[in-house]
Amino acid sequence: MSKSILAVDDSTSMRQMVAFTLKGAGYQVTEAADGQQALDIAKTRGFDLVLSDVNMPVMDGIALIKQLRTLPNYKFTPILMLTTEAGTSKKMEGKSAGATGWIVKPFNPDQLLNTVKRVLG
Amino acid sequence: MSIDLSQFKQTFIEESDEGLDVLESGLLALDSGTADDEVIHAVFRAAHSIKGGAGTFSLNEIANFTHVMETLLDEMRDGRRAISKEAINLLLNSVDVLRELMAAARDDVTPSMARADEVKQQLDALLAQSDDEPTEPATKEETLAPVPERTQSGWQINFRPHEHMLKTGNDTLRMFKELASLGDMETTCDVSMVPEFALMDPELSYLSWSIRLMSNEQIGSIDKALIEEIFEWVEDDCDLSIEPLDAQIATADRVQRAETGSATSTVTPDAIKPVSPEETSIVSTTASKTIPKKKKLSTETGSIRVGTDKVDSLINMVGELVITQSMLSQMGDEFSMDKLEDLREGLAQLERNTRELQESVMRIRMLPISFSFQRFPRLVHDLSQKLSKKIELKMTGEQTELDKTVMEKIGDPMVHLVRNSLDHGIELPEVRRAAGKDEIGIINLNAYHQGGFIIIEISDDGAGLPKDKLLAKAIEKGLVSPDEELADEKIYDLIFHPGFSTADQVSDISGRGVGMDVVRKNIKELGGKVGVSTEPGKGTTFTIRLPLTLAILDGQLVRVGNETYIIPLVSIIESLEIETSNINSIAGMTEVYKMRDDYIPLVRLYEVFDVQPQTTRLQDCLLVVVEGDGGKAGIVVDDLLSQQQVVIKSLETNYKRLPGISGATILGDGTVALILDMSGLLALAKEVEPVKYYA
Repeated sequence: MSKSILAVDDSTSMRQMVAFTLKGAGYQVTEAADGQQALDIAKTRGFDLVLSDVNMPVMDGIALIKQLRTLPNYKFTPILMLTTEAGTSKKMEGKSAGATGWIVKPFNPDQLLNTVKRVLG
Repeated sequence: MSIDLSQFKQTFIEESDEGLDVLESGLLALDSGTADDEVIHAVFRAAHSIKGGAGTFSLNEIANFTHVMETLLDEMRDGRRAISKEAINLLLNSVDVLRELMAAARDDVTPSMARADEVKQQLDALLAQSDDEPTEPATKEETLAPVPERTQSGWQINFRPHEHMLKTGNDTLRMFKELASLGDMETTCDVSMVPEFALMDPELSYLSWSIRLMSNEQIGSIDKALIEEIFEWVEDDCDLSIEPLDAQIATADRVQRAETGSATSTVTPDAIKPVSPEETSIVSTTASKTIPKKKKLSTETGSIRVGTDKVDSLINMVGELVITQSMLSQMGDEFSMDKLEDLREGLAQLERNTRELQESVMRIRMLPISFSFQRFPRLVHDLSQKLSKKIELKMTGEQTELDKTVMEKIGDPMVHLVRNSLDHGIELPEVRRAAGKDEIGIINLNAYHQGGFIIIEISDDGAGLPKDKLLAKAIEKGLVSPDEELADEKIYDLIFHPGFSTADQVSDISGRGVGMDVVRKNIKELGGKVGVSTEPGKGTTFTIRLPLTLAILDGQLVRVGNETYIIPLVSIIESLEIETSNINSIAGMTEVYKMRDDYIPLVRLYEVFDVQPQTTRLQDCLLVVVEGDGGKAGIVVDDLLSQQQVVIKSLETNYKRLPGISGATILGDGTVALILDMSGLLALAKEVEPVKYYA
């Protein structure tokens, strides 16, 4: 079974790019356009990895991570933030919310895949 | 693996257009003081997303430019900077620059950076005014060029995860696997901290490790940065030390690193100096030289976003259609006359399904007119500043839906009318005060549906149209004879006459006299009408009436011989039986018909299209009085058939463009009928009989 990934970003182009890249590498990808959507999906099933943008309407990435960590089957799930280089403090905020790590924007598909491979093995 | 990112670029540009709209309307709201916290957050988010996406999709000009905007917005969001008028105006200019850059990206041409550079400098200058310490320390990370720290033999790593580390989703096993890929690894695990089984919490981490990572001959020496990268995410969740196995080399390395580090950190941030005009002009000329990279053609395929509810209802209807179809086909398999009633019912259901389906499909092309309205707050904001007028824009009926194509084409005429209201309609504050009115003028945009039409009203509470001035001007231009008595409406209607402008001074906002006639022409091309009503001292209202869609038309079917033609209902004034006594000939050639006080030229359709009519005797024919470009005419036809909605099929795409015909449609019996284009037809009729029609 190929590994499943939840990709969360309010920007359609970014989300499509992420999904396209990961699907091309054989992962199963589910997309969500904001934190709330992601959380609703996460409550129904588990994923091997969550990739989430930070700045989003309705529910931002930090809040999403906090919420996910309260769900029993997301206690140890790797969650990566997609964040811009300016957000050093965001990285720390995300870490304390329970994020596993981050991928710094802008990234290219190869960088994304390398990081995802690192986490999923 | 390399992935072509260009396929996402288009999506990015589209969503950035929306982001820019959010930016703009947010900034305008901030300016007028009607904004709450959420607005500045939304504005920041929009800029942030554009920057992130632009970087990803290699639109570096856009990314760099947006970065500065974002920094400014970030300071505003955090309350570190006041939201000043100056900043808002600068940010609004930046939105314009971004629009230009986006347009260049869409067409895949090299953007002209002259304006962008100018605005960017202004942004930089504004940022430099900041009273607290220089902004983002985050860039330091990038300026510190990492000097590779290597050892020949290897590294001693001591790693003690904090208890909660596993809860961040970081897996020690994964990290060890990665370490092992760098060289030969020996690990010693310290289990002394593991509590008694009964006290153990399986979710916590109690172990610590001592790792000797040695470089082997195949992989070569190990870069410390690679090890640090593995532990990057857990830096704060563990006690970590990475020491070289042979300490000496590494120490030397570290000294070197410290030196370069201090050297780079003294580099001053980008100097902010105004660029001299010569420099800017150089930039622009080089930019214009590079531009002739060919503009990509036909990217105008255009996409629309459709609400899922509309798609759902469509799917639902197709479902029903399928059910009806299978019901009917089953009935056809074993039909007998006693099932006739069922068949009728089934066919009625099919008709219902088809009609609903058609309506739903049409709805997909319908967008709320707010898409068109949303550009006006900015326009009013900019122009009222320029004209030193105080103006409030009110909009109602923004959710009124309209076909996308119609919407795109009505934008420019509307802009013209709004500019006109701003420039000529609303008076200066002191004039308004003197007239006992509120200083703040109001421009009202309103839209609503009426029958198969959308009505758009643009009204102002300004001075109204100057009737006497209009009349004097018309007489001066010879459009009206001095002794002619004109009804008020006719006088006001003069403003739509080509080359008519009463502005005493031509301003750059409106009033070049090339506007209103073009507005009327454009609206007519869409099958619509525009009218004006005004009350001196109270204001002026322009009313635009447009068909909801260009794909369907209400038509009158007429017959000439064996041919059926369709006349658009909007252009028909009335239909009547011909009284031969009312027919006159001018110069023995052109026939005119006396209709009450008007003389209208007769157009014999069979002559224009060269078909065999049922009769050429006018008293046996019917006259359809229509209004085309610049006048009325009577169309002579054999018979009037039904009125019905017809779906317009383009002749241009299927055949070629023909004068006098705007398209074709397929009738219920399967025959093709041509749809007449009144303006073209009247022009064509003039050619057939080369005598001047209009006295």
